[in-house]
Amino acid sequence: MEIRPILASLRRHRIPATLIVLEIALACAVLCNAVFMIGQRIADIRWPNAIDEQGISMVTVNGTDPRLAASDIPRDLSALRGIAGVTAAAAATSMPLDQNPALSDFTTTPDGKTTVNTSIYFLGSGGQQALGLRLLAGRFFNADEYADSGIKDFNSTGHVVLITQSDAQRLWPGQSALGRNLYTNDRSWTVVGVVADVLAQDPRFSGPGGRHSSAFFPLHPDAVMGDYVLRSAPRDRARVLREATQTLGKLEPGAVVQGATYAGVRGDYFANTRSMAWMLVLVCVVMLAVTAFGIVGLTSFWVGQRRRQIGIRRAVGATRGHIMQYFQTENFLLGTAGVVLGMVLAFGINLYLMQRYEIARMPWYYLPASAVALWMLGQLAVLGPALRAAAVPPVVATRSV
Amino acid sequence: MFGYYLDLALHSLKRNKVLTALMVLALALGIGATITTLTVLRLLSGDPLPQKSAQLFYPQVDPYPENRPFSRSGTKLPWLMSYVDAMNLLRAGKAQRQTAVALAQVKVKPRTTEGKPFYADGVMTTADFFPMFDAPFQYGAGWSAADDDRRVQVAVISGFLNDKLYGGANSVGRMIRVEDRDFRIIGVLKSWAPQPRFYALHLGSRNYGKGEGVFMPLQAARADGIGPSMMMSYGSGSSMEHLETSPAIWLGVWLELPDASAVSAYRLFLADYARQQVALGRFQKSRTALSGLMAWLRGEHVVPDDARLQAGLAFGFLLICVVNTVGLLLAKCLRRSREIGVRRALGAGRGAIFAQFMVEAAIVGVAGGVLGLVFAELGLWGIRHQPAQYASLAHLDLAMFLFTFVVALAASLVAGLLPAWRACAVAPAPQLKAL
Repeated sequence: MEIRPILASLRRHRIPATLIVLEIALACAVLCNAVFMIGQRIADIRWPNAIDEQGISMVTVNGTDPRLAASDIPRDLSALRGIAGVTAAAAATSMPLDQNPALSDFTTTPDGKTTVNTSIYFLGSGGQQALGLRLLAGRFFNADEYADSGIKDFNSTGHVVLITQSDAQRLWPGQSALGRNLYTNDRSWTVVGVVADVLAQDPRFSGPGGRHSSAFFPLHPDAVMGDYVLRSAPRDRARVLREATQTLGKLEPGAVVQGATYAGVRGDYFANTRSMAWMLVLVCVVMLAVTAFGIVGLTSFWVGQRRRQIGIRRAVGATRGHIMQYFQTENFLLGTAGVVLGMVLAFGINLYLMQRYEIARMPWYYLPASAVALWMLGQLAVLGPALRAAAVPPVVATRSV
Repeated sequence: MFGYYLDLALHSLKRNKVLTALMVLALALGIGATITTLTVLRLLSGDPLPQKSAQLFYPQVDPYPENRPFSRSGTKLPWLMSYVDAMNLLRAGKAQRQTAVALAQVKVKPRTTEGKPFYADGVMTTADFFPMFDAPFQYGAGWSAADDDRRVQVAVISGFLNDKLYGGANSVGRMIRVEDRDFRIIGVLKSWAPQPRFYALHLGSRNYGKGEGVFMPLQAARADGIGPSMMMSYGSGSSMEHLETSPAIWLGVWLELPDASAVSAYRLFLADYARQQVALGRFQKSRTALSGLMAWLRGEHVVPDDARLQAGLAFGFLLICVVNTVGLLLAKCLRRSREIGVRRALGAGRGAIFAQFMVEAAIVGVAGGVLGLVFAELGLWGIRHQPAQYASLAHLDLAMFLFTFVVALAASLVAGLLPAWRACAVAPAPQLKAL
């Protein structure tokens, strides 16, 4: 296909040609960035969390009498373990993603410095089974450690701690973390085990460095434990949660008892992220539709304007295919100019967003991917008008010339 | 003349219904998206107390040690104040009014009925809170500074809590059970919920949403063991029981300073105070800050980034829609070159042709605005069903209603400029020859 006549014709219709290029460029720029943001949000929603998310139910009990905690918590737990289908139950101070951050800064030396906020969790006896923590090295807490550990000034009075794999690698890169000491505020704990990465209580607040920075301490029954964590098979979950909430409601009449499945807690945490992602998808779809209709409109107008030329070409021997090809090639040229401009624009917008907001650099492959998408959209949009152009009969050439 | 242009424009728009519908629809979608996101952005970045915000100030000092700074960069001042610093500033009384605020989730139970206990948003604060923030009372009044010092167990409750517990009746003098302690109700607020909840920033709760449930005198509530939702420790030995003496920040302090001279005087006082604390060995850094309410909200990025991104995206979308409309209008008007030629030949000036096409663009704009309003209402309805904390507040007000048409007209007239200019540049003679 000869492109010189197409270029010559485009030069005579500079304004409509520029408009199509501009529209494709803007759409390409917005599409690149929107798709990138959607991708980032999906990655957020999928943050790994090495606990049994599908099997856990939580019941939060607030407003109990703190003086009775030592006797009430074991009583409540034995009632909860009696519910059919419950495979493990334990008390805990907080859970990953419960948006109730308890943070501390741990260092490997008594006077070290750190910028990472570590989420701290206190687990009652059996906590590791109830959460489904995955042990990678070392051991879990033993019964003595649970019994002897209290909480004072927001710190464990025990001597042992479980840390996550991310923290183990961050604090002691290339070495075993077992047996090492963690320090904060003149206190220290010995690492007895390393577990697979568990999310922070509020990973957005903790920042990227603290996302999987979690530390677990043993704790004997204490009033600070407001969560009962129950584990069951996923199919029993709804019933277990219902029965547990009822049981605790009867056992703790003066308290406010609220139950939730862990899947629900996770869903709540990412609800905003999810709705933003859907909004971005909606904008992309509508924007592409508007762009496509714009191309259809302008190309149709062009076809209408060039009916006579098309007729002449047909009369001197061009086939329908040639006419189709002409408009498709024309659209391809305009699309190419559009996506080139659009990729530059998309890159610029990304740079601007990186400065203004906490947005990462867009990987390069987003640019060609959305370029291809807009090329295809352009070809799709031009198909209708091109077919109509190809249908112009040669006899048009002989009329009213 | 305008009537004639209107007639011509309507006629032309009717001739090509699909193209017209496409233009109106595209413009309406762009406008709907823009108005929806701008409404949300305006709501989020609004002035919570328009009549008072210029006089409200937020002081900050830095009790953190050198080797463990508050922020990673070491440049940010701590968000909150320790009890000792807050009380020192309050007792100094250098501002016209001053108050300290902490939030707490509190268990509430009506005294009289055997209803189930539930959790409500609680505010622990001092007497000046209500007059400073212009909180309007439905019944009764707030407590006095003397009540603060005597740790009197009184409470002010919000209108919606009063409706829930007492059916909206005057409940002043009745008792309410908060965290299993009795508080005597001395005041009931009218509905009062400044957006953003400026005084709640960094206090461990959300920044938008409905108002508070219960307001209690800070010291009295603390004496009952009610703990704040947010506490950050800057040294060892912090405990919930002895927060007053702990090296911990958990209070927001607010000042009312009537004019610029009072502000500069307070700045000097605050700097002096910090230097004094350094001399006493309590602080290691003498940095201070005093921000106006709006500057404080801006500096702390209260408006979620997502809301800004959405607005930016909507503007980009509107731009695409405008370019689209330019293209379609251009296509329409160039197709009518002959009609233009005839009108020019019959004596219409370039100005007349220009005006005719601008009127046509304006009609598309108004139609786009009306439909855009429908889309905006639809969008806001969607946002109200979102999980965001500000969701329930998203409503179109009169200003945004009018602004919709301003945006629609502006967008369509900008879009109409190029086609109208091309139209009036058509030379009549060749067009007539071709007839």
